[in-house]
Amino acid sequence: MNDGLTDLYQEVILDHSRNPRNFGAAEEADRSARGNNPLCGDRVTVFLSLDGEEISEAQFDARGCAISLASASMMTEMIKGKSIEEAKALFEKFHALVTGENGIGAGPDLAELETLSGVKDFPTRIKCATLAWHAMIAALDGTDEDVKTE
Amino acid sequence: MATNPDNALRSPGFDVERVRQDFPILSEEVYGKPLVYFDSGASAQKPRAVIDAISTVYETEYANVHRGVHYMSQKATDAMEAARETVRAFINARDIREVIFVRGATEGINLVASSWGRQNLSEGDEIILSVMEHHSNIVPWQLVAEQTGAQLKVVPISDDGALDMDAYAALISDKTKIVAITHVSNALGTIVSVEEIIRIAHEKDVPVLLDGCQAAPHMALDMQALDVDFYVFSGHKIYGPSGIGVLYGKAELLEAMPPYHGGGEMIDVVTFEKTTYADLPFKFEAGTPHISGIIGMGAAIDYINALGLKNIAAYEHDLLEYGTAKLSEINSLRIIGTASAKAAILSFVLETVHPHDVGTILDREGIAVRTGHHCAQPVMDRFDIAATIRASIGMYNTREEIDSLVAGLGRVQEIFG
Repeated sequence: MNDGLTDLYQEVILDHSRNPRNFGAAEEADRSARGNNPLCGDRVTVFLSLDGEEISEAQFDARGCAISLASASMMTEMIKGKSIEEAKALFEKFHALVTGENGIGAGPDLAELETLSGVKDFPTRIKCATLAWHAMIAALDGTDEDVKTE
Repeated sequence: MATNPDNALRSPGFDVERVRQDFPILSEEVYGKPLVYFDSGASAQKPRAVIDAISTVYETEYANVHRGVHYMSQKATDAMEAARETVRAFINARDIREVIFVRGATEGINLVASSWGRQNLSEGDEIILSVMEHHSNIVPWQLVAEQTGAQLKVVPISDDGALDMDAYAALISDKTKIVAITHVSNALGTIVSVEEIIRIAHEKDVPVLLDGCQAAPHMALDMQALDVDFYVFSGHKIYGPSGIGVLYGKAELLEAMPPYHGGGEMIDVVTFEKTTYADLPFKFEAGTPHISGIIGMGAAIDYINALGLKNIAAYEHDLLEYGTAKLSEINSLRIIGTASAKAAILSFVLETVHPHDVGTILDREGIAVRTGHHCAQPVMDRFDIAATIRASIGMYNTREEIDSLVAGLGRVQEIFG
């Protein structure tokens, strides 16, 4: 049955959602920011530690759907060791991937994040995929206010 | 189309296949599958009679109301006021002056909280709500509490979702100035013993507002028998248009309250020195009303009346029991809200799959359910969950659709393994 569901819920996504990497609160982190999706009640907190301009540690704590957990899990794996600018560039490209907007091509390698491309066929789920990323950006920018999905 | 003999046997006064033919949207397909609409608790679909009534307004009888001397204005005014009488009879209010048209239940509650609240609440006074209120019956009271120094007191619920009546009785005191409670919970389906709520409040001369959004489509209402002080419901949940609803209030209470919005239609004489206000119900109906909405809501009530709310309720109750039994057979599924008195709501969670994911998969099967906190976050916190999947039943749903829902949940298990 090709109704997009098998693209959306690929095994690697289900695996990340069942066994999220870098999961749990990191009280000693340098930066943290919370994201809320008021529509579905999902919440995520992203914890970052910085070594100069480099993200040395990334963790998250969340309750949410498979898409939001998988996206957050993959994100923490991907941004660890990257510079602040690289992490922001990665978000730009990931955002283009899940919204289906033009402009993918140049920029960083999305690697495993490519598995979330199925989200673009489910517009109501884009916010699930991007929630942790918005929180990550807020943590990098030192924004105090909670991030909400637009 | 073959009628289901089971349905006919159980509800002799109700032919669901005929009812379904009255709702054009039910023949739509979603992703190539028949639409299975289990989201009537959020907003109900509209029968042809309502759609036609709205068209008729604009095609043959439209003008502004209560203003013109001309023919069309009079015709529109007559149609709108006939709808007010239809609403009055529907809820058995004593007087049409007690039927105030508002945008919906939310506006009705805001009107009472603001107008009655600011006049009657002060520092130290208490407002009693329940933990299972929709946000629309929480936030307006929080706003007026902030302005007046009044406090909210919250009646808890038990694990099955029934209101804790002992706790309620204990919360009522000399400080209590108003009780605002849902008639039927939108997140759990619990039917509250509102007669008892009102009796206990009235012993202390405390007025009661009931949020009837989820009750009005499913049970006969009688304002005089209930002796309730304020009652609100929305047109779009009783198969009428959105953007229109009803505030019922006892005339003596409404008369004593200041206007909520100022503007046209709600005035008697306006000068820059002083304005005197129109009589009920117009005092609370500033500005040009939602004329076609009011007439459409009247048509929805006529449609319900023709079928008979008792017949509808009996049919829906049978469906609720069938759905409860079918869902209970699924191992990893837990129904949230299992009170003995329930109406039309099947709220549930799956052990390992988030409601949002369930909603997406069901959607691809053509099944519309609501997933999330249902604008009732305190209820979610009470059960320590973020969200539920809610299948809410309307008069047009069938046992076969319940079976489709169960099959859809099978697909969820398949994908999530």
